[in-house]
Amino acid sequence: MKILRPLAMPLAAIAAAFILGAVVVLMIGDDPIETYALLIGSALSWPDGIGYTLFYATPLIFTGLAVALALHAGLLNIGAEGQLYMGAFAAAWVGITFAGWPGWALIPAAMIASMFAGGLWGAIPGYLKARFGAHEVINTIMLNFIAVALTNYFVQYHYREPGDAIMQTREIGEGAHITRLGEFIPGLPTRIPLSIAFFLALLACAAVWVFLRKTRWGYEIRATGANPAAAEYGGIRTGRQIILAMTLSGALAGMVGIGEVLGYRYRFYDGFSPGYGFTAIAVALLGRRHPVGVLLAALLFGALIRGGLFVDIFTEKVSKDLVLVLQAIIILFVACGSAFRFPFGKRARGKI
Amino acid sequence: MLELREISRRFGSVLANDAVTLTIRPGAIHAIVGENGAGKSTAMRIAYGFYRPDSGTIAVDGQPVDFRSPHDAIAAGIGMVHQHFMLVENMTVTENIILGAEPGGIAVGFRSAEERIRKLSADFGLAIDPQALIEDLSVGQQQRVELLKALYRDAAILILDEPTAVLTPQEVDELFAILSSMRERGKSIVMITHKLSEVLAISDEVTVMRDGKVVGHRLTSETSAAELARLMVGREVLLRVEKGDAHPAAVVLSVRDLRVRAGGTERLRGASLEVKAGEIVGIAGVEGNGQTELIEAIAGLTPRGAVSGSIELDGVDIARLTPRQRRELGMTHVPEDRHRRGLLLDFDLEENSILGVQTSPELNRGGIFLDGDAVRRRAEAIIRDFDVRPPVPELPARSLSGGNQQKLVIGRELEGGPKVLLVSQPTRGVDIGAIEFIHRKLIEMRDAGCAILLVSAELEEVTSLSDRLLVIREGEIVGEVDPRTTPVATLGLMMTSRGRASA
Repeated sequence: MKILRPLAMPLAAIAAAFILGAVVVLMIGDDPIETYALLIGSALSWPDGIGYTLFYATPLIFTGLAVALALHAGLLNIGAEGQLYMGAFAAAWVGITFAGWPGWALIPAAMIASMFAGGLWGAIPGYLKARFGAHEVINTIMLNFIAVALTNYFVQYHYREPGDAIMQTREIGEGAHITRLGEFIPGLPTRIPLSIAFFLALLACAAVWVFLRKTRWGYEIRATGANPAAAEYGGIRTGRQIILAMTLSGALAGMVGIGEVLGYRYRFYDGFSPGYGFTAIAVALLGRRHPVGVLLAALLFGALIRGGLFVDIFTEKVSKDLVLVLQAIIILFVACGSAFRFPFGKRARGKI
Repeated sequence: MLELREISRRFGSVLANDAVTLTIRPGAIHAIVGENGAGKSTAMRIAYGFYRPDSGTIAVDGQPVDFRSPHDAIAAGIGMVHQHFMLVENMTVTENIILGAEPGGIAVGFRSAEERIRKLSADFGLAIDPQALIEDLSVGQQQRVELLKALYRDAAILILDEPTAVLTPQEVDELFAILSSMRERGKSIVMITHKLSEVLAISDEVTVMRDGKVVGHRLTSETSAAELARLMVGREVLLRVEKGDAHPAAVVLSVRDLRVRAGGTERLRGASLEVKAGEIVGIAGVEGNGQTELIEAIAGLTPRGAVSGSIELDGVDIARLTPRQRRELGMTHVPEDRHRRGLLLDFDLEENSILGVQTSPELNRGGIFLDGDAVRRRAEAIIRDFDVRPPVPELPARSLSGGNQQKLVIGRELEGGPKVLLVSQPTRGVDIGAIEFIHRKLIEMRDAGCAILLVSAELEEVTSLSDRLLVIREGEIVGEVDPRTTPVATLGLMMTSRGRASA
């Protein structure tokens, strides 16, 4: 029972979203039960449904962890989108520039590059916040635009296949391709781009949990987020924690590039992210900043993306925007939930 | 006459008032005492219409009333002076008093209001100029404006919530004189407090509350501090601090010409002091005279550019060190506000017990991993040695009472035996039982050779604990006195400068 309590609020939000979503489907003029059966069935079928659900969940795990980690430091990182673009481009750049390297050197190099570039893109607003008090929300939003434009520029003028009409870079070297899970899971075809990046994402969940809960640095970051004045009193240099948290957050978001570039397209494709960095905020909130919660929320949202495609094609009137409606309602309820909780908490601790 | 009959009020799972019955007679001062969370303030807020009771009735002059808001209570002749004043700083006394009760139609009748305020002020000996700006008044005078506000609204029953908490000793005497004159004119006065000496000095009768219930009602002339304390806490309490002579050794902390600037003014103006091992040096002063700045500067919490002067610990200049480096040299600090600085309220007791020592090698393994067993042992030791209740390391600090939170903070800072201990307001908002405990621990620390610098707004506390007492005023140390022999009146005079114009 104790484990169930933190799940109550998110589950209620999800249930409410599905109920309200059913009303929306009814109003549009389709059968909600059929629509949901399609949504869920197509997301959980074997092998394609599950394969793609996990594939879509992978970038959401990385970015969800990124947002959650920053939240623990009291920071709202809206810049995961920009950070993942930088990370993905850096991975592609290494894959292209050192195309001749063998896999054992090229893959780690590309991975580190993605983390480094994402981390740098997170560190900038972190530094600006720590040094000048500039608000991270503003700066991360603005850096999103810069990241998208910058990678677009590099693709357009420097790394595009000559003569190719599509806005994408040349292919990365063979050595940089990471293993798709289809290669060793029987029954899972290799055409599904689910790669070992998914395992890396699971590993990242565990690592973030250990970092936050079991290390001194995680403690200092959480203390900074919980009460900066008390953290300072406890000898913690809060500015450093802010920079560290934003750097790690950016690095996690940058790791999206591993699955998307090294495991899926084998190149950087301009505008490849359908807003993973923004959905991540919902993932982190629904997951209540906890790595396991983030994992569960990312799986749910991954399934919604996958199922949404089928709803789009196989229903008469409902489009895949149903998924956006569901996401929006979930976020609304989760946000309401915290708004309701806090005032009560305050009153309870007031003077009696 | 105000009566509360069988009033009950629940907040969530807490029964804040449990069948509280009280009678406030006219022409008497009625003290309500009890520890924090005993339900005193709740009862009075119900009487003032802030909260509505779940059950029970309120009666004024024998007639049952139903207060939907403080407006109804004011109309019934009840006035309340809150601990934190509700005055507009840049408006005059008259403007503040008539706020919400403006006389006249469209044009405000200032002249008549002013006349009435002048007369009320003279009648009750308040000595307040109706044309003065609030920001030019002292805290004690502002409190009197609050009293005037209630009198202006024809209050027959005045409720005062911890009225002496913010006053200097002189101001307390003046307030008591005013309250006596109100009593003579037939007003009923209810005073919420936890200072027993004041109860005995001014009140006619006293009601003691504990855990939301009325546990005793006495005529002041027929009771004693010891009896009231026992009723409040539910067991025998030692009210006096028992301590032997200090045996000061070498100077450990030495501060010279310390200055702190903030917001364009100098808040600390060249303070110098020394604390020896094995002694408690107290700082007495009216709050806001530089005590906070002094302690925070020594602890290293003030932005470096704002501080000048030297701070030496065991002969080492620490003025440019970070808070962590100062801690590593053996300086710990009990902050004045445990919620703002002392605790991570949403973290559990275990995590709170390592704040400030999270980098120490004993608590870490392999560089960055916290040693869970060592952390737990530390938390359990503090909980045991400092009697933190409930003794559950997994509880969030928020769920503890103020006294237990403070014991946790003090335990954390005393554990491991610091060389220098900075203590601010060690017993603020802490109940009597815990105060006794905290005082004993501080004396034990002193006897173990710790150099303690103590700041407290409670004169009684600072005089009874300190071996030497410094008086601070307007950012300057204005003198050193012997806490055992100096009368409170003398201290009070040193704490308050004569002409306020110099401030």
